[in-house]
Amino acid sequence: MADAVDGASGRRARLVAAARPYRVLVGARVSAQRSYRTSFALDLAGSLLVGLVELAEVWVLYRAGHGIGGLDLAAVLLVFGLADVAFSTADLVAGHVDTLPRYLRAGTLDVFHLRPQPLLAQLVTSDISLRRLTRVAVGVAALVAGFALNDLALTPAHAALVLLALTSGTLTFAATFVAAAGVQFFLVDAAEMTNAVVYGGRYAATQPASVWSRPLVALFGFAVPMAFTAYLPALTLLGVPAPWGLPAEVGWLAPLATAWTWAAALLSWRTGVRHYQGGGG
Amino acid sequence: MGDDAVVRAEGLTRRFRVRGRGLARREVVAVDDLTFTIGAGESVGYIGANGAGKSTTIKMLAGILVPTAGTVSTCGLQPVAQRRTLARRLGVVFGQRSQLWWDLPLAESFRVLAAVHGLSAARERERTAELVERMELAEFLASPVRQLSLGQRMRGEVAAALLHSPELLVLDEPTIGLDVVSKQRLREFLLAERAEHGTTLLLTTHDMGDVSRLCERVLLVDRGRLAYDGTLGGLTRTVGLRRVLVVDLATPAPDLRDLPHAEHLTSEAGGLRQRLAFDPGATTAAALLAAVSERAEVRDLSVEEPDVEEVVRQVYVSRGR
Amino acid sequence: MIVRRSPIPAHPVLAGAGAAGTAAGGPARLWLRVHGRLLAAGWRRGARYRAAALGGLVANATFGFLKASILVAAVRAGGGQLGGYDAASITAYTWLSQALLGSVNLFGRNDLADRMRDGSIAVDLLRPVDVQTASTAQEVGRALFALLPRGVPLVGLGVLVGGLRLPADVLVLATGAVSVGAAIVPSHLVVYLVAATGFWTVETRGVQLLYMVLAGFLAGLFVPVTLFPAWLLGLARATPFPSMLQTPIDVLSGRVTGVAGAAAVGAQLGWIAVALVAGQLMTRAGRRRLEVQGG
Repeated sequence: MADAVDGASGRRARLVAAARPYRVLVGARVSAQRSYRTSFALDLAGSLLVGLVELAEVWVLYRAGHGIGGLDLAAVLLVFGLADVAFSTADLVAGHVDTLPRYLRAGTLDVFHLRPQPLLAQLVTSDISLRRLTRVAVGVAALVAGFALNDLALTPAHAALVLLALTSGTLTFAATFVAAAGVQFFLVDAAEMTNAVVYGGRYAATQPASVWSRPLVALFGFAVPMAFTAYLPALTLLGVPAPWGLPAEVGWLAPLATAWTWAAALLSWRTGVRHYQGGGG
Repeated sequence: MGDDAVVRAEGLTRRFRVRGRGLARREVVAVDDLTFTIGAGESVGYIGANGAGKSTTIKMLAGILVPTAGTVSTCGLQPVAQRRTLARRLGVVFGQRSQLWWDLPLAESFRVLAAVHGLSAARERERTAELVERMELAEFLASPVRQLSLGQRMRGEVAAALLHSPELLVLDEPTIGLDVVSKQRLREFLLAERAEHGTTLLLTTHDMGDVSRLCERVLLVDRGRLAYDGTLGGLTRTVGLRRVLVVDLATPAPDLRDLPHAEHLTSEAGGLRQRLAFDPGATTAAALLAAVSERAEVRDLSVEEPDVEEVVRQVYVSRGR
Repeated sequence: MIVRRSPIPAHPVLAGAGAAGTAAGGPARLWLRVHGRLLAAGWRRGARYRAAALGGLVANATFGFLKASILVAAVRAGGGQLGGYDAASITAYTWLSQALLGSVNLFGRNDLADRMRDGSIAVDLLRPVDVQTASTAQEVGRALFALLPRGVPLVGLGVLVGGLRLPADVLVLATGAVSVGAAIVPSHLVVYLVAATGFWTVETRGVQLLYMVLAGFLAGLFVPVTLFPAWLLGLARATPFPSMLQTPIDVLSGRVTGVAGAAAVGAQLGWIAVALVAGQLMTRAGRRRLEVQGG
């Protein structure tokens, strides 16, 4: 057997082996939830309703037809679609991460220490919210509608940008959950504070950033770069120049925003864990 | 690492800053300058009253908590820095925190843990079968963990902690809340596992019954400080660890004094109930009962184990502190 | 998190109910005293959760800035007015809605739901106080307290940063205050109904989510209700939700005055009555259900 083939299959085998604990952990949650048939159906319906109402909010605001912040209803559907799919997907996979105080109270974090996986990885795979699927569907519908209403063709470039935006958007939102979790080690009681960033961020992501005041730009444009999850990629798709003199192609820089947010998130997480372990006095 | 001690603690200390009223901060020393070594295959009882720092020490051994001062190495590894490697060699049973998945059958929890610890399919099968048989889990293996009784759950927890065949098994108050039968079963399982695989056992408890039946060596901790480190026999000899036989007589009798190896403590209800202390090394409850029965008719009886606080007190008394 | 309720205080009032009943004012006065005490108990509980209030304040402030930005931009795009709001009044709307959010219950959760789940509701049903009014009194007490660490600072923030201007007219402010009260009360009464479905379904999470989604939207939390298309506006008006948010904001900010203002407050009071009656009926039916179940 050629070394190259061995190397490749060996690496793949190692990857599969490394992923096994996580696959099984998530699988266990899925099978546990499957036993709650009726309430799962209700949860799906509930998420669908949430998605529809959020869409309705956007619609009510933009239906007058004057356009807001340079976006008309067709354009904002694109923004909303990108933001909602990204957020709902992140919520599906990692939404439970910022309910860390619950885990702390139950002592679950101590149990995580006894297993040979990283603590954060265990936290993320400790649950999965399949009920969010219907909300993702709403986002997808909005995205498709946005494409249609703006007469956008599904060229390879557009497809690549959408995929890139969705991937980095999902990861960025997930990073806000992790950053919030890290802070929960210190807050515990004031947990609602992180909602400002997590849910405020989600709301900000569906807005045309051009209407933001200076402090908002600082917060949601740079510190927690929500503008890159949906608004700027949408502008790139539409070929519209971005505000503040930025070129239309700025949407392609979304992965940079993701990297930055994750760096902050991991710092927050590590600081929180260190505090929990009593290190640093 | 060339350290063959399973646990080596040197000057291990943990301080907490506790918020008092308003802005006042108190410092609590939970663990104070502990130094001890546990070798492979030993069975150690780590006893102390509530709040003596037992759980804190466990957390430092497992890498959950960072020591404020001093060092500890577990299985030759640095617990915090090498947590993930240590996790493969260490098994911990927390009395209050469950390692099992609440809404899944016990068997499923084992399956997930086997994957978590990277056990091969063959190893998983072999080990699960062995533990299920030894702990007699078969009857409730398919039940969701939340439906199990406390005794069943603890057996499941111990099996879960042993699934990956750790070198060191640490149990934090495992028999709390269990009935007498469950306690006995659990103790037997632990002894069997140790005999079979040479697993080192560290057991924290404030139940002297656990210690006397399971542990050859005892670490006695009082308010974070190590008060005694030696064999249980030594502790008994040092403090004259005594059990108390409480007899309810059919008719009131005069104080039962001068019984062999026993001391009369108190009489109640004019001699209807009498408390007799005896040294378990010198005689047994049964022998003492026989002696009592020769002098009076016994209607009912109970045996009290030495209280940990009493033991601690006696240790200090014997040291003349 | 299951928040442990402080026990409903053992009132010497209730204990001596037999004797006190014949005192001056009779049962009405007794009712007021009991509920006054419950209100105070709720207030004190609110005072304990100061850290949580701070967290809420930060979240509300962030949303306030975000919403103000987008809504002002919408008004500008609409040529200076949108659904009867101009830039100034829509800013007022945003900040006042955030200020009220800590006190008006648009989330659908309350302590009673937890007590339903773990069965402690049975104890409440045995007490000589009406479950609905008793639990609502405590919640309202807590909500009123929340106006201090959350409501007032947010109004202040709105004034400082957002250009919020409250009317100087004392009568308007007074009516506004009444309207705020008349918004807080029905919101908690209706959330009681949500919790009361627990008599039948134990797990009320689904209903509570439904409530949160609909209530927020129809109350005008996201956009003022006047922006809705006619059919949606009609639908909203058929629910108590606009009375919980839209109305007090309109009255307090002086946008709706005079006869219209009085009518709006009247509608709020009407919804209080409806919610009370519905709650009584639900409690009675629920109690019967529990007895049948042996719950």
